[in-house]
Amino acid sequence: MAGFSDLAFQAAMAAYVVALICYGIEFAARRAMDPTQLEVASREHRLVRAGAGASEPLPADRPLHGRHIDERDIDDELDDDLDEGPRTQWGPLFGRAAVVLTVIAALVNAASVVTRGIAAGRLPLGNMYEFTSFLCLAATTCWLVVLAKSKERALGFFVMIPVAILAFVAGTVLWIQAGPVQPSLNSYWKWIHVTTVSASGSVLLVSGAASAMYLLRHRFDSKLLVARTDATATARLQASSLSRLPSLAALDKIAYRTAIVAFPVYTFAVIAGALWAEVAWGRYWGWDPKETVAFVSWVFYAGYLHARATSGWRGARAAWINVVGFAAIVFNLFFVNMVITGLHSYAGVG
Amino acid sequence: MTTVTDDLDRVPPVTPPGRGRSVLQFLRNTWRGLTSMRTALILLFLLALASMPGALLPQWSLNQTRTREYIEANPTWGPIANALGLFEVFASPWYAAIYLSLFLSLVGCLLPRCWDFAKQLRAEPVRTPRNLARMPLHTVHPVDDEPQVVADRVETALRRKHWRVVRRTEPGGVHTVSAEKGYLREVGNLVFHFSLLGLLVAVAIGKLFGYEGSVITRVGAEFCSTNPSQYDNFRPGLTVDGTDMQPFCVDLKTFDAKYSDSGQPLDYSVGLSYQFGSDPATGVNTDHFDPYLLRVNEPLRMNGERLYLLGHGYAPEVQITFPDGQTRTASANFISNDPTLLSSGAIKITDPPGASLQDLTQRQLALRGLFAPTAFLHGEIMTSSYPAATKPGLAVAIYRGDLGLETGRSQSIYSIDENQVSTGKLKELERVNLYIGDTTTLDDGTKITFTGYRQWVSLQTSYDPGQTAALVFAITLLGGLMVSLTIKRRRVWFRVQTSSTVGSSSDGQSSSGGGTRVEVGGLARTDQAGYGSEFSGIAALVYPQGLPVAQDDDLHPQSSSSEHDDDGEER
Ligand code: HEM
Repeated sequence: MAGFSDLAFQAAMAAYVVALICYGIEFAARRAMDPTQLEVASREHRLVRAGAGASEPLPADRPLHGRHIDERDIDDELDDDLDEGPRTQWGPLFGRAAVVLTVIAALVNAASVVTRGIAAGRLPLGNMYEFTSFLCLAATTCWLVVLAKSKERALGFFVMIPVAILAFVAGTVLWIQAGPVQPSLNSYWKWIHVTTVSASGSVLLVSGAASAMYLLRHRFDSKLLVARTDATATARLQASSLSRLPSLAALDKIAYRTAIVAFPVYTFAVIAGALWAEVAWGRYWGWDPKETVAFVSWVFYAGYLHARATSGWRGARAAWINVVGFAAIVFNLFFVNMVITGLHSYAGVG
Repeated sequence: MTTVTDDLDRVPPVTPPGRGRSVLQFLRNTWRGLTSMRTALILLFLLALASMPGALLPQWSLNQTRTREYIEANPTWGPIANALGLFEVFASPWYAAIYLSLFLSLVGCLLPRCWDFAKQLRAEPVRTPRNLARMPLHTVHPVDDEPQVVADRVETALRRKHWRVVRRTEPGGVHTVSAEKGYLREVGNLVFHFSLLGLLVAVAIGKLFGYEGSVITRVGAEFCSTNPSQYDNFRPGLTVDGTDMQPFCVDLKTFDAKYSDSGQPLDYSVGLSYQFGSDPATGVNTDHFDPYLLRVNEPLRMNGERLYLLGHGYAPEVQITFPDGQTRTASANFISNDPTLLSSGAIKITDPPGASLQDLTQRQLALRGLFAPTAFLHGEIMTSSYPAATKPGLAVAIYRGDLGLETGRSQSIYSIDENQVSTGKLKELERVNLYIGDTTTLDDGTKITFTGYRQWVSLQTSYDPGQTAALVFAITLLGGLMVSLTIKRRRVWFRVQTSSTVGSSSDGQSSSGGGTRVEVGGLARTDQAGYGSEFSGIAALVYPQGLPVAQDDDLHPQSSSSEHDDDGEER
C-alpha cells in the first residue's frame, strides 16, 4: 500500500510537470490580446465615466467599485471579440491537454494521499512530505474549480509552477517512510489544524499566483502606456508573452475571491492550532517560531483585505501584500520547520 | 441618507493655522490620521515586520541556552540586539507601542462606525439615482400593468424578502422603489473588530494573572503545587507573587510508554491520583485522592489549574558499597534528545560516609556518562537500539575528588564541572560498561553496582484566567469574519413610469410594447460577486409571474456580462 502510494505520487509529480509544460506552450502560443486597444479603450471608458461622474453626483460608494467593473466589462467584451479571431492551432490543443493532465495529476495525487493514509493507519498529514503532497492536491483542485468558473486558462501556468516545485520537493527532499506520529502530534485538534492549514494554504497559493500575475500585468500595462506613442516599442511589447496575461480586473477578482474563501479557513486553522497547543504544550499561544510566522501571515492577509478597501492601496499594492502573505506561508512551511528549531520542528522532516 | 461610510479614508482637512484653536486642530488631525484606514494598514505591516525577529532570532522566553549561545557567538551584534529587545520581541516596549497604537486606532475607528451604523439602520434606503444605466447591473423591462401596480408589487415582494424598502414618487407620475439589504455585513465586520479588542484583553489577563511552572518528578513520588519554590522553573504573570496559588497535590503511581517496533513513541501516560481544593500543606482532606490517567494531549484540568505531561526519561540507580562496609543508593535523572532515549547525566555522591570535612573534597564520587534503555555495544561504545528499557546498560566514567560544589559556579545537574577535572581536583578512575547486576570495584575497594533504573516525568502546571475569554472571542471573531466576508451589502432601485413619459429619458433607451417601462439598477458594495443572479431574480419581480423567457432580449447587455462573471463566486 505504501509502495503504491509512493508510485502514485511519482506519477502525479510527472503529470504536474508535463501539465506545466503544456500550460507554458499554450501560454506562449496564445494569440495576443491587443493590449493597447484594450488599455486605451478602458482608459477612455474610465475618463468618460469620470467626466460624467463629475457633472452628475453619483452615490458616494460608486467611484470605489466602478473602476473595476468598468474595466472588467470592457475586457470581457474585447476578449470575446478576440476569441473569434484566428489563433494558432496547437495553442488551445496544448491548453486542453494541460487541463486533462491536471485532472489526471490530481486524481493520481488523490490516490497517493488516500493509500498513504491507509498504509500509515492515520490521516496522511503527519509530516512535511504528506503535508506538501496534500497541499499540491488541494491547490490543484482549487485551481480546477477556479478554471471552471473563470475560464482563464493562462493562469494555469502560474499555478502549476509552485505546485510542480512543491511536488518535486516533496518527492525528493521531504519523502519519508509511512509510519506513526509522535504522541504529542496525535490529537484530533492537530488533524483539524493541519487539514485546514493545508486546505487554506492551497487556496492561498492560487490567490497568490493570481496576484503575482496581476503584478506582471500591471508592470506590462504601465510600460505600454509609456510606449503608446512609439509604434516600434509597442510592437515589441505586444510580442511579449506578458501581453497574453488575463486582464487586471479578472486577475484581481480571482485573487480576491479565493482569498476571502481561504482567509476564514486559515483563521479557523490558526485557532484550531491554538486549541491543540493548549492541550499539547500547556498554553494556547507561546510565540513559538511557527506560531509567530503563522501570525505574521495572518496579519498580511488581514492587511490585504484592508488594502482592498483603502484608497490608494487597491491594485498593485494590495497584490504585493497578497504575494508576500503567501511567501510567509511557504516560509513557515519550509524554513521554520527545517531551519529554526521550535516545538513544531519535530513535525517530521524526512 | 446620502453619506456612505464605505470608503473610510478620512483625510484630515487642510486648515489655516488658527490662534487658540491650533492645538485642538492639531490634536484632532492627529486623531483622524491615527484612525484612518491607511494608518491601520501601515500599523498592521509594522506589526508583521516587528514580529519577524521573534521567529528568526532565539528568544529568552523560549530557549535561554540558545539565546546565550547566540549572544556569545556574536560578540558585537549580540549585545546590541539584546539591548534592543530583539531576543524578547513580544515583551519589548516597541512591540507594545505598535500593537497599542493599532488598537487605539481600532477603537477610534470602531466607535464612529458603530454610530454611523446605528444612524444607517434608522435611515431610509438612498434615493434612486437619476441615471440607472450607469449602475453595474441594469435592466429595462416593459410591463403591461399600471406603474402604480408594478411599484406595489415590487415593494411587497421586496419586503417579503426582508429588504429595507422605500417608495418615492418623482414628478410626472414616476414611481421609484429603493431597497437595500445586507446590513449584517457591517454587523459582522464590527463584531470581528471588537473581538480583536476582546482577544487582546483576554491575552492581557493571562499575562497579568496567569503563571506556568515546570518540574521534573520521579514516578513513585508525590508533587504538591503550593508555592513557586516547588517548581524547577516558574514563570509568573506580572502580578503573580506566588502567595495565592490554588494548591493541589499529585501522587505519581505508574508510568507507561508504548513504542512501535521501529522505536517510535506511540503513547505515554502517568497513572496518578490527585487532590485539589483543600490545603495539602495543612493536611486537610488528604485521604481523598481522585485517580487520573495523565497522557500527552490530555491534561488534568482542575478548576483553572491544568497539569500536563510533557516528557519523560530514565534515572539509573546504583548501589555503592564503601570500604567501611556502608552502602548507599544513588540515582540521578538522565536526559535525552535521542529517539532511542540514549540518555546522558551524572550521578554525584557529595557526602561519602565516613569522610571528615577535610577529606570530603578528596572523596566525593561522580559517575558521568550514558544510560541506554536497550544497550547495544559497538566495540566499547554503548548506544541504544530501542527506547523501552529491555536491556538497560550504563556506560560511565567514574571520578573521585572534589566536585567543586563550593566554587560558587553554577553546575548542571546533568554533568560535572569540567574545570575540576582539568585542574586535577577531580580524577577519572576508570570507564566501565555495566548491565543491571554488574559491579565494578574501585582502587580503594569501593564497589559500585548498577541495580536498576527509575522513570521520571516532566510536568507542567498552567494557569491562565483569560483563556476561556480568549476562546469565546476567537469564536466571535471567526463568526464575524465569515458573516462579513460572505454577506454583501447590496442595493436595488426601480424606476417605474408609463412608456410615453420616457421620451426625454437621458439614456436614450427605447422600449417596445407594454404600457409601462421599468428600469432596474443594482449595486453591491465591496465586490459584485454573486449579486448578478440575485439581481436577475429581483428584477423579475416586476412581472406578475416572474421573468418571461421571451423578454430576455430586453436585458441590457451590461447586465448579461455581469451575470456571466458572477457565476464565478462562492466556492
Ligand atoms: C487590529 C488590527 C486589525 C485587523 C487584524 C483587522 C482585520 C480586518 C480584516 C481581516 C478585515 C476583512 C474582513 C471584514 O471585512 O470583516 C477588515 C475589514 C475592515 N477593517 Fe479592519 N482590522 C484591524 C484594524 C482596523 C482598523 C484600525 C480600522 C479602522 C481604521 C479597520 C477598519 C476596517 C474596515 C472599514 C473594514 C471593511 C473593509 C471592507 O469593507 O472590505 N480595521 N479588517
